[in-house]
Amino acid sequence: MKITLEKRLTPSTLMLVAVPLVSVLLALLVGSVFFFINGTNPFEVYTMLVKSAFATSYGLTETVVKAIPLMLAGLGVSLAFRMQLWNIGAEGQLYMGAVAATWAALTFPDLPAFVLLPMMLVLGFLAGAFWALLPAIPRAYLKVNETITTLLMNYVAILWADYLVYGPWKDPEGFNFPLTPKFSSSALLPTLGQTRIHLGLIFAIIAAITVYILIRHTKWGYEVRVIGESPAAARYSGMNIKKNICLVMLISGGLAGIAGMSEVSGIAGRLQHGLSPGYGYTAIIVAWLARLHPFTLALVSFLLGGLLVGGYAIQLIGLPAATVNMLQGLILFFVLGGQIFTNYNIKISLGHKKTTPKEVG
Amino acid sequence: MDSAFIVTMLATAVTAGTPILFAALGETLTEKSGILNLGVEGMMLVGAVSGFLITVSTQSPWLGVVAAMVAGGFMALIHAFLTITLRANQVVSGLALTIFGSGLSGFLGKSLIGVPAPASFKAFSVPFLADIPLIGPVFFRQDALVYLSYILVFLFAVIIYKTRWGLSLTAVGENPAAADAVGISVYKTRYLYVILGGMLAGLGGAYLSLAYAPSWLENMTAGRGWIAVALVIFATWNPIKCIVGSYIFGGVDALGFRIQTRGFEISPFFLQMLPYICTIVVLILITRETKTRRISAPGALGLPYDREER
Repeated sequence: MKITLEKRLTPSTLMLVAVPLVSVLLALLVGSVFFFINGTNPFEVYTMLVKSAFATSYGLTETVVKAIPLMLAGLGVSLAFRMQLWNIGAEGQLYMGAVAATWAALTFPDLPAFVLLPMMLVLGFLAGAFWALLPAIPRAYLKVNETITTLLMNYVAILWADYLVYGPWKDPEGFNFPLTPKFSSSALLPTLGQTRIHLGLIFAIIAAITVYILIRHTKWGYEVRVIGESPAAARYSGMNIKKNICLVMLISGGLAGIAGMSEVSGIAGRLQHGLSPGYGYTAIIVAWLARLHPFTLALVSFLLGGLLVGGYAIQLIGLPAATVNMLQGLILFFVLGGQIFTNYNIKISLGHKKTTPKEVG
Repeated sequence: MDSAFIVTMLATAVTAGTPILFAALGETLTEKSGILNLGVEGMMLVGAVSGFLITVSTQSPWLGVVAAMVAGGFMALIHAFLTITLRANQVVSGLALTIFGSGLSGFLGKSLIGVPAPASFKAFSVPFLADIPLIGPVFFRQDALVYLSYILVFLFAVIIYKTRWGLSLTAVGENPAAADAVGISVYKTRYLYVILGGMLAGLGGAYLSLAYAPSWLENMTAGRGWIAVALVIFATWNPIKCIVGSYIFGGVDALGFRIQTRGFEISPFFLQMLPYICTIVVLILITRETKTRRISAPGALGLPYDREER
């Protein structure tokens, strides 16, 4: 028996849909082995997970709440990935956005909301963008590996936020908890009815549409795609790769920064230790699962948001919070492995094998 | 600063650098074969938790070390299968490995938090060598795993630079098609060194949980796996240079605590930032340097190998 792989010219449409679905199922199946060993009934875990995230109206709104930062950061990540820029610093960029927005909220608590909120939004974007630009410049001009630098800067950003909430910005009436004072009401994003869904959802939707238009319908988006798919071709046609690296990273970080701003302003109402349960890392999975497409990304954010909500629920039956990370990693493994079915034709021939000159040696 | 303080500092730098050294040595082997594995952090974590788990249940830290290496090897096997056989994107697969490893280690280690280590690796003096001034107290009054790291670095340096195996490894990483043409199995070589890399990362993790800070804490590697990946570039894919780099970062890591105990008024958060910032700065400087001196990564690093496309 001989297995040969032939590269497809265009990805298989059937596989584009089937691979992610089967991947998720297989990941849950492997996950259930771990639950089984741990002495928990996997069926119970998954029922609880799905029920808590998607079966009640409270669960659904919470899933949307989690989907907002995932979508914003995921859009940023996907934009960078499109240019083969491995920005895995969304977590740090999110924290920097949160810090900058918090600064405005704590410094100008008396400004009216229509001034303060836009200010926090812009500062959040700028801080995230700045944090992404720092590794982007050495990447563009010296080819310094951005995967490592963006990741290491996550640690620095989180420590910086921790320094602030444990030190100069700590709430004097907060019983020594690592958090800032509560924001004034004009620094809080409006929410939808009795739910925790906040205006960040609109930011995320606008961002998705903007990214879609930028990538699909502008000359700049075309350049970004060409640079990503064929840097040599881009260079010969005279595109400014260095400038575009910086620009893409700037927007990428800015979107993560907005995610951070909307978390402090829409959810927490203050900056606190452990603000993000790893949204910036989950955003990488979101971007890859969505194959970097802005609208698919919205759907994937919703599903992985559900996984995060379900993650809190399964802690009640004694499973650690890390379980969600484990499942996320498993899903990504299967999606990655499954992409061979999307990109290649797999032929299995039985019996006598044809020998072409290429196969000698 | 008295000389006793300097000796203590240097000895601590060696101890703190050892987990990074194991991981960087492993990543060097992996990258030499042309595969980039960014899952070092995840493999270290799973190594740390497996090592601790087995030590708690068997009371034997050596069995813990073996378990950590097996676990790290299995983690790397996932990466090898995805990137070598299924030709998946190496960057994303490595990230997946880190996310999975952080989750799996947290899952396995939940009941181990706060459990004291029943046994750990303790420092002992090597006869004669420990009495050499300065060098003795710094390098030869360490624990068994540190001595193992010296041996492994030496061993792999010899293998890479002085044997046929090393030649095959370099060929596969530089030009897999040419290596294939002279009869070296690219897939087998890559599988072998990716798995070896994972075993060493697992060992690095076990050093943390069984010698450096005998205990289990969620995400206790705190970015050391990433620092190891950066270090491989700093060391220009040379195992001997990995030693120097690891101890420098070990020194920076240790410096933070020492400064605090000496009563300097710096926030501990800033001191904790030091290793990350230093790594970034060094990475930028070294990339400039390698560009001018034309020392570069293995030619085929990060590219999947497809026999049919030769």
